[in-house]
Amino acid sequence: MLEVRNLTVRHGYLQALTEVSLTVAPGETLAIIGANGAGKSTLLRSITGLHQASAGSIRLGGRDITALPTHARVREGIVLVPEGRRLFPSLSVEENLLVGQSSGRSGSWNLPAVYQLFSWMGDRRREPAVHLSGGEQQAVAIGRALMANPQVLLLDELSLGLAPTMVRRIYSVLPGLVGRGMAVLLVEQDVAQALRIADRFQCLLEGRTTLEGKPADATTEKIEAAYFGLTGRAGPGSAA
Amino acid sequence: MNWVNAIVQGILLGGLYALFACGLSLLFGVVRVVNLAHGDFAVLAAYLALVVITTTHVPALLTFIIVAPLFAIFGYGVQRLIIQRSLEVSPLTTLLVTFGLSVVIQNVLLVTASADSHSFDLGSLISASLRVTPELSIGYVPLMIFLTAVVVLIGLQLFLSRTAMGRAIRAAADDQEAASIAGVNTRHVFGIAAAIAFATVALAGLALGSSSSFDPNAGPARLIFAFEAVIIGGVGSLWGTLVGGIILGVAQAVGAQIDPSGGVLAGHLVFLAVLALRPQGLIRARLAI
Repeated sequence: MLEVRNLTVRHGYLQALTEVSLTVAPGETLAIIGANGAGKSTLLRSITGLHQASAGSIRLGGRDITALPTHARVREGIVLVPEGRRLFPSLSVEENLLVGQSSGRSGSWNLPAVYQLFSWMGDRRREPAVHLSGGEQQAVAIGRALMANPQVLLLDELSLGLAPTMVRRIYSVLPGLVGRGMAVLLVEQDVAQALRIADRFQCLLEGRTTLEGKPADATTEKIEAAYFGLTGRAGPGSAA
Repeated sequence: MNWVNAIVQGILLGGLYALFACGLSLLFGVVRVVNLAHGDFAVLAAYLALVVITTTHVPALLTFIIVAPLFAIFGYGVQRLIIQRSLEVSPLTTLLVTFGLSVVIQNVLLVTASADSHSFDLGSLISASLRVTPELSIGYVPLMIFLTAVVVLIGLQLFLSRTAMGRAIRAAADDQEAASIAGVNTRHVFGIAAAIAFATVALAGLALGSSSSFDPNAGPARLIFAFEAVIIGGVGSLWGTLVGGIILGVAQAVGAQIDPSGGVLAGHLVFLAVLALRPQGLIRARLAI
């Protein structure tokens, strides 16, 4: 289980996250929603180790990983699908996937398993990754993350720049992953999409949690208020 | 001397330049470091070989078995302990640090080994050659250096394209942060890239000592030729360093044929022409595919 406790992150003088806490259990999907600049990506990048926490802790299965560098967190099983996909342009599709194995974690994910998940990918494995469409590149980015056999999969803005049908297709693979016991933490600007797929959600505003709960329990008004900070803030943990 | 001979000798000289250039290109392409001490490290390797020869009586041409692995370890250490730290400050710091290393190496060599110039004693091999026609003969030593360069480039290409570490090196060169997200320990990978670059620079230093002479201040001139080869061939392209080295070598040999003192100048002019007309270099830049 991933457990983030009172995480505070600063970018220079700017406080990007203030005492954010969350937990994700195996087989669970937690969606982080919030407006631009609310700190969603910073939260994922901090859990991955790309930003250092100035206070608070990050634990995985009870083990404190707050001080570990990024590649060591991957070895522990925390794997990010970064915003903008970030494939390696000079590598082929298959080489991109293989780099995902660098941490040496063992598990059921390997090349054949990824090619089975995305059936078109095997035929195009020798193509440079940059020749693929945006949606196909997103699939390769997910495949690269799966190759590390994650315990916790972090998804940063999967839908960004993709056509709606492609977004649905990409998200359709998630239930299968969660069904195998993977924990998924996703950041999504498309709130409706995020709430459709998540077991629980957490709304960030200016680096603080303003609402959390189950999608079924939250009214649109409550979410809007928490999202934009229009009316008085709902305190953390006050799920409707 | 005739024109054919000048061109052939120039091509062989290009092998030496390529050997100097490939490590520079690799370090720049992967770690984004312009190593201004590159030539000095080569000279240092040549001095190290002299020590090995005098203490163990290993034949000069076999010293690479000892010197290249030592330099690989040395390169890993230099990368992790010095260059990586300066990289995390700023690119300018890295430039200053390698410039500082260059000055330090030259002066340490000057103090410990004096300003005398040296070359390896290769016995009768130094003048032995393959006579192709009455006007054209190919020296064994330049031929061996050229073949070494080709073998090194083929080996590097295979390593980068076929092995997991090579893949990680290319991934880290493309996008360091994305590589770390994928589980690559980028500092270790950069260390390995530097180790390879230093092993090739050691070979370049040995080739220098086998084909001509060296002294503590011989490094910077070698660095300039290596730079020129890299830029003519295309930054970041391994085979480009061989193409660039050969073009530079041929330009120098043909230039010297026209005017005995014009060789180096002709090389510089060709370099400037490439820089003006095709600044991206002749070979499209990408690491080994």
